[in-house]
Amino acid sequence: MKMKTALLGAAASFAMAPAAFAERGADGHVNIIYWQAPSILNPYLSSGTKDIESASLVIEPLGRYDEKGNLVPYLAEDIPTVGNGGVSEDLTSITWKLKSGLLWSDGSPVTSADVVFTAEYCMHPEGGCAQLAKFEGVDKVEAVDDLTVKVTFKEPKPNPYGPFMGGQSPIIQKAQFENCLGAKAPECTDANFGPIGTGPFSVDEFKPNDVISMSANPNYRDPAKPAFATLTFKGGGDAAAAGRAVLETGEFDYAWNLQLAPDVLAGMAAAGKGEAISAFGTLVERIEMNWTDPSPDLPEGERSTAAHPHPFLSDLRVRKALSMAIDRDLLVEVGYGQAGRPTCNLVPAPELYASDNTDCLTQDIEGAKALLEEAGFTPGADGVRVNADGVRLKVLYQTSTNAVRQDFQALIKQWWTEIGVETELKNIDASVYFGGDPGSPDTFQKFYADVEMYANNFDGTDPEPYLAQYGCDKAPTPDKQWQGENINRYCDPAYDALLAELSRTGDLEKRGEIAKTLNDMLTKDSYTVVALVDRGRVSARSNTLGGVVLNTWDSELWNAADWYRMK
Amino acid sequence: MLTYTIRRLLIAIPTLLFISFVIFMLLELAPGDPLADQPLTVPPEVREKMRIALGLDQPGWVRYLLWLKQFFWTEPLYMIDGWLGTSFSEGGQRIISWQFRSPAMDVIWQRLPQTLWVVGLAYLVGVIIALPIGIISAYRQYSWFDQIGTFVSMIGFSVPTFFTGVVLIIIFAVKLQWFPSIYDTTLEVTDAASFWKQVKQMIMPVTVLALFNASQISRFMRASMLDNLGQDYVRTARAKGMSEKVVVLKHVLRNSLIPVVTVIALGIPTIFGGAIITEQVFKVNGLGQLLIVAIYANDLPMVQTLTFMFAFLTVMFNLIADILYGVLDPRIRYD
Amino acid sequence: MTELSAQKVDQALKPPRNQWWDVWDQFKTHKGALAGLFIFVAIILAVTVGPWIWSIDPTYVDIRARNQGPSLAHPFGTDQLGRDLLARLMAGGKVSIAVGMTAMLLSLFLGTLIGVVAGFFKRVEGFLMGMTDLFLSLPLLPLLLLMVTLFREPLSQRFGPETGIFFLIVFAIGVTSWMQTARIVRGEVLALKEREYVLAARSIGTPSRRMVMRHILPNVMSPIMVSATLGIANAIITESALSFLGLGFPPDFPTWGRILFDAVDQMQLYPIRVILPGVAISLTVLSVNYIGDGLRDALDPRIRGR
Repeated sequence: MKMKTALLGAAASFAMAPAAFAERGADGHVNIIYWQAPSILNPYLSSGTKDIESASLVIEPLGRYDEKGNLVPYLAEDIPTVGNGGVSEDLTSITWKLKSGLLWSDGSPVTSADVVFTAEYCMHPEGGCAQLAKFEGVDKVEAVDDLTVKVTFKEPKPNPYGPFMGGQSPIIQKAQFENCLGAKAPECTDANFGPIGTGPFSVDEFKPNDVISMSANPNYRDPAKPAFATLTFKGGGDAAAAGRAVLETGEFDYAWNLQLAPDVLAGMAAAGKGEAISAFGTLVERIEMNWTDPSPDLPEGERSTAAHPHPFLSDLRVRKALSMAIDRDLLVEVGYGQAGRPTCNLVPAPELYASDNTDCLTQDIEGAKALLEEAGFTPGADGVRVNADGVRLKVLYQTSTNAVRQDFQALIKQWWTEIGVETELKNIDASVYFGGDPGSPDTFQKFYADVEMYANNFDGTDPEPYLAQYGCDKAPTPDKQWQGENINRYCDPAYDALLAELSRTGDLEKRGEIAKTLNDMLTKDSYTVVALVDRGRVSARSNTLGGVVLNTWDSELWNAADWYRMK
Repeated sequence: MLTYTIRRLLIAIPTLLFISFVIFMLLELAPGDPLADQPLTVPPEVREKMRIALGLDQPGWVRYLLWLKQFFWTEPLYMIDGWLGTSFSEGGQRIISWQFRSPAMDVIWQRLPQTLWVVGLAYLVGVIIALPIGIISAYRQYSWFDQIGTFVSMIGFSVPTFFTGVVLIIIFAVKLQWFPSIYDTTLEVTDAASFWKQVKQMIMPVTVLALFNASQISRFMRASMLDNLGQDYVRTARAKGMSEKVVVLKHVLRNSLIPVVTVIALGIPTIFGGAIITEQVFKVNGLGQLLIVAIYANDLPMVQTLTFMFAFLTVMFNLIADILYGVLDPRIRYD
Repeated sequence: MTELSAQKVDQALKPPRNQWWDVWDQFKTHKGALAGLFIFVAIILAVTVGPWIWSIDPTYVDIRARNQGPSLAHPFGTDQLGRDLLARLMAGGKVSIAVGMTAMLLSLFLGTLIGVVAGFFKRVEGFLMGMTDLFLSLPLLPLLLLMVTLFREPLSQRFGPETGIFFLIVFAIGVTSWMQTARIVRGEVLALKEREYVLAARSIGTPSRRMVMRHILPNVMSPIMVSATLGIANAIITESALSFLGLGFPPDFPTWGRILFDAVDQMQLYPIRVILPGVAISLTVLSVNYIGDGLRDALDPRIRGR
């Protein structure tokens, strides 16, 4: 009896302990599962989401994006702006100030030398740094004093928050990586597998492509955090298994990116062990139209190049009709549920840059038929439309292998068949499709199909580099080894001119205006990009894990320091 | 027999070199790109630099020769260093995985224990239950035991493991909550409690794999026993008044083992190849998962190394099977 | 005595019966084999004649009718896009059985040929077994990727997309699964060729070809039969893995393996979707196994006599 009362008392005092008395490590152990396993903890050597997000528990940038896309300081005292004098008036330099008293997990102080070294590490010509794009246009990075770093750009930079901002560009310790510059980067296995950081956790053991064991960083800047003493980060398997482990068996506390059919996810959540959480970012599932002729009858080297315009997709009315035949609400319902919403935009967020273009949202089969009729395509004997020159509306529709994408293919094929467009489907393994091997006919850059579907997004909150992908000179061609991002081979001088204007404009309002126009030129004006679904992120947390704020603008584990066990 | 073995071993060297070359060419020619899993936000110029950092700007034959040197020279030296504390391998570049940017062999060694525990044990269990089932099924052909055995083994290999695995998880991990659905590779067996934990997490993957292996082997065992039970020498042995046990277990069994030995010998190297699907379903993350992820990521040095080690084991175990044929049936002569 | 000899004379006077009738007579006595044959024929009929009777298009998406349970309109219910499951199973079965049978026959043919030749003719043994080792060690996925890259377009241009891919898949599965059969057959042949009857046949000058066909092959039938049943299951499942990876048929083209694979995530919500294709595959393999058992017994003259 006595024993029992004592226990009850202890339990009660735990339950009543206010959060302010929280103590580092008081909540024991937390389990995280990612169905893609991290292979390295150095984001400068791999840009895979799994690698960046697992590393974000350990190493931190100067500032991050929060769940609304706002910039928040992490290692920096505050976010430099033109207003507070941190960014120069002419937009050519930015000066960061570190918080004072920061320590690495090994106890040594964090100084501006570490920040300068991080830039040197990534900008080394032989390093093959995965985040080099973040440092584009950087002239030099220099330490002003022990805690101040100044980044100078070669030309005015309207968005100076490339280097050291967000999960892709964290600060690494100079002492640890000093001998790992350039070609020597892969020789530093210990450093790449266990970077010393400033984040809430530090690495105890890293098993590549399998599991990471971590424990609380004893020198973390907030003495009360993190609430968890140890952490296991398991990788591998598939989204269904990860969801099951959190929602149904309760073995894990947090599961990342559950790309599952809405009813499957709802069925799992019904077990009552956890809940699915979702948030939206800039990821858009879209159909890209090929402006060039992919016919296999053309000689290799001329196929899918600007030399041969597409026989019917170069007609705006055909492209528009294909878009009108699609019921985006139904696609969302079948494929994404709470994690998707129909969109007509290439840039769906942030608000400043998102166009109010909604005219594609209602399906209009009859309108599509009329439009094809107007373009001169009339139904033949088999129901497939043909024009006077004998051009048949037959499209090859390719995408990567993924259950939701295959369902989309089946649905869209049905609608297109209804308006008299014959559709052949093809799915390609993602490692080949996105691989960019110039020897393979099946890559998305080569685009040996009439239309193709995939999803893409942009880092951070500035869409300029993303919109710049559709410039004329970015089209993949055989002499460029099929490298290039303008996979539609879209080319409009007016678009290029507006892009140039965007890169010169510093005023945010003005930038928003231009970005919206560019977005509309690609979508509602030309139907080059037929946006389908604004895809959110769905993750799952167990009912006992508190403090989770799902963030799609940065690493999902951005605030792991604030996570705690709900009693 | 000894000269035969030595001759075969000598022939194995050029065979293996040829196999390594074919594997390399195959991986070279197959489509794919080690940067496929990098997000599309990484621009093409940066990708090109990353490729060069991986050594992909070198022509294929240079990379092949480099791999040969690393596998047959640097890696053995490194192992010797590890045992003796010497430093022969100083300065030599080891085989570097493109995914991890770290020595491929280290990860392979790290994966070996869980693979052997789960896949190896499942194979052992499979063989141990398959042999008696095959023997009894044949001896009592068309009895109820045989019929059930046939039925279960047909289910065993016609229903894929990606299905049986998930069924077990739903029954035993989700509904009954007896076993964990995720294998914990960090678990170290130190006492009775952790041993029990290890047993609990191994039961489901081992069952799935063992069922699959046992159904295959038991079919071959049964067929081969049936062939021999009808032979004249069995009648003679019985007529001589030998006990049934001696006739079946000594004469018939021994003569029936050749196909079974072949199948088992082919199976042992696949233990080291891991069980790709089962490992994925239960998150065992052994060699099979290492290989399949490396293939998807186009991590050519890792795939080449793993596949070659697998080839080496295949050649060796097939040699062992050939030698065993001679032991089982002394009439087989190789010279 | 006289009666007996009279019977003998009677028998001798009868016109000689085709030996396949004997085989059929023996086969008929094997209950399991008959049942297997019956089920197998039923499955073949269902997948070939079935679509004529149940004429819903297996790829027709009726989104309003998705995720439905069994009803009169859809006896097996519908899938997540409202496609009729019965129609999909019939269409899928045609492909799966065709791929399974042809790929199995190809792999069996290759395996038996290489196994017999390697076991019987010493000169080529080293080379053929080296080849076997090579094929055993090649990583399957890159090999298939390479084959698809090289041959998909030329084949679909020559034979049309579906037939072209059918050839490609059968070839890919056949070429990558003959090695086990080859090793087993060779092991058996090595032992058989030292048997007395082979020695006897050789001493009367039987040519190698006849020796293999008449004396060696019939005696390695039973492991080959086992390989055949294992081979069908293996081919059906490999095909599903191939199409899943995008190396096989177009994504809306149903096959048993694929229907099963696609439904695994929804197993708890709609168990019928995994049970039906699973049962279909198992039944096919089971019936082929029993037919194989019966055939083996029927072909064995020692058993047939009894």
